[in-house]
Amino acid sequence: MNAAVTATRSATALDVAAIRRDFPILHQTVNGKPLVYLDNAASSQRPKSVIEAISRYYEHDHANVHRGVHTLSQRATDAYEGARETIRRFINARDTKEIVFVRGTTEAVNLVAQSFLRPGFEPGDEILISALEHHANIVPWQLLREQVGAVLKVIPINEQGVVDFDEFQKLIGPRTKLLALAHVSNALGTIVPVEKFIKVAKQHGVPVLLDGAQAIPHTAVDVQALGCDFYCFSSHKMLGPTGMGVLYGKRELLEAMPPWQGGGDMILSVSFEKTTFNQLPWKFEAGTPHIAGAIGLATAIDYLEKIGMDRIAAYENELLEYATERLSALPGLRIVGTAPDKAAVVSFTLDGIHPHDIGTILDTEGVAIRTGHHCAMPVMDFFKIPATARASMSFYNTREEIDRLVTALEHTRQVLG
Amino acid sequence: MDLKDLYRDVIVDHNRHPRNFGKLQPADVHADGHNPLCGDRLTMYANLKGEHITDVKFEGSGCAISVASASLLTEAVKGKTKSEVKELFDDVHALLTQHDAAVDPARLGKLAALSGVREFPARVKCASLCWHTLNAALERAAEPVTTE
Repeated sequence: MNAAVTATRSATALDVAAIRRDFPILHQTVNGKPLVYLDNAASSQRPKSVIEAISRYYEHDHANVHRGVHTLSQRATDAYEGARETIRRFINARDTKEIVFVRGTTEAVNLVAQSFLRPGFEPGDEILISALEHHANIVPWQLLREQVGAVLKVIPINEQGVVDFDEFQKLIGPRTKLLALAHVSNALGTIVPVEKFIKVAKQHGVPVLLDGAQAIPHTAVDVQALGCDFYCFSSHKMLGPTGMGVLYGKRELLEAMPPWQGGGDMILSVSFEKTTFNQLPWKFEAGTPHIAGAIGLATAIDYLEKIGMDRIAAYENELLEYATERLSALPGLRIVGTAPDKAAVVSFTLDGIHPHDIGTILDTEGVAIRTGHHCAMPVMDFFKIPATARASMSFYNTREEIDRLVTALEHTRQVLG
Repeated sequence: MDLKDLYRDVIVDHNRHPRNFGKLQPADVHADGHNPLCGDRLTMYANLKGEHITDVKFEGSGCAISVASASLLTEAVKGKTKSEVKELFDDVHALLTQHDAAVDPARLGKLAALSGVREFPARVKCASLCWHTLNAALERAAEPVTTE
């Protein structure tokens, strides 16, 4: 019995000490204390393999892609397009044509707003989002409101930070042109059960966009199983470089969409009279792309897959439970966002102490967390708070680091009385 | 960076027990200040007699630095003229941002407790929000009244 338990544990448990050795940035002191990095929802750190892949590319293989017949250009093209295949496999898309490289989640959402929704949009047509959304899944639709008279409808959340499914069913209707939902909330950590929302949307014939920025670093994503039409995510939250992201779109939708930026690489032929656009996915990739970014992201995916997304999710869930238990025990601490299903994010307030002061004092203890509105001001308004402190964990964090967070919070209480 | 330089006893005290806190009614001038990055919101109220500030109060919510700074401000500007307040703001701004600021500590009085903020650049905006807000209120007072 014991042996069986041990065996199960060792199959799932991570060798976190070994993992931490792969992340050079973690091994430093900040303000004289060993760094505790708990701001992963804002941006994760990178393993050596990603940093080295980018260096190696620039040291050995760099040239422009899709252009030259020379060796370096071919190598760069192979690496860039190879990265696309890695990403396709990672999210189980049907075809690499469905993987469009963009600058990040924000650009992916804007691309869908301008290229998918805007053409053919009638004033009064509706876009449905939830009250959990990051500004990146609010503002692009508001721009569309100004441009073409779109109506933005918002599915409410409850006190736990759970999106109201009943209200959603009332809000979706014949004028809904798109359902755009966060897969995981960045401010609260809520995992949205998107499958059941997608099912209803399909019954209404409404296409679905998922903002996967916070989901994809923490859980296995299968876009075909989800059945979403668009899935957007950022490389820098999943161990990859900044300025890099992915728009997944169903091929038949992407085929029908016009390009949204014009330039080199997105064309087949250009004369002053007529331009023939390139095929998918290059139609949406005007200009020289972030080649090193794509290579770095693919290397990050290799690293994540080597550990296994399921093991990452299981370990991070243990960290979440431990952090929730330890933080809840602190007097005057209130956790904001208590959905039953959460990613490893704990947003909280401390009675009588503003989050900004918490952030400063924790920093002097070497503990990095995010404080503020987390680019989700409507979420803050809902809870009637100006800001929260947010600790967000990754699989390279440890229980000891959560203990350090708790000690630093006790210290905060002492400093500010 | 020493935390005690930032959260000096004066700061902690003014955060816990802000002076001149609340609405001034009636108020000759008032303005709202908002620091969207951290969510600090303050309203500054003032009454004027000619160029002199006869009374000043504030309300709102924010971090310890922004609340203490506003509280210290109200104590410092009462009875001063608008141009004296402007000079004081210049001194405070220099104190918050420059290491070698040539500011006479005697002129600053208790406001000198804010000097630790310059070691924490991310917090300068917290300390200066109330000053910008008061400035906006006073400038508004200088604008000609329209009847539109």
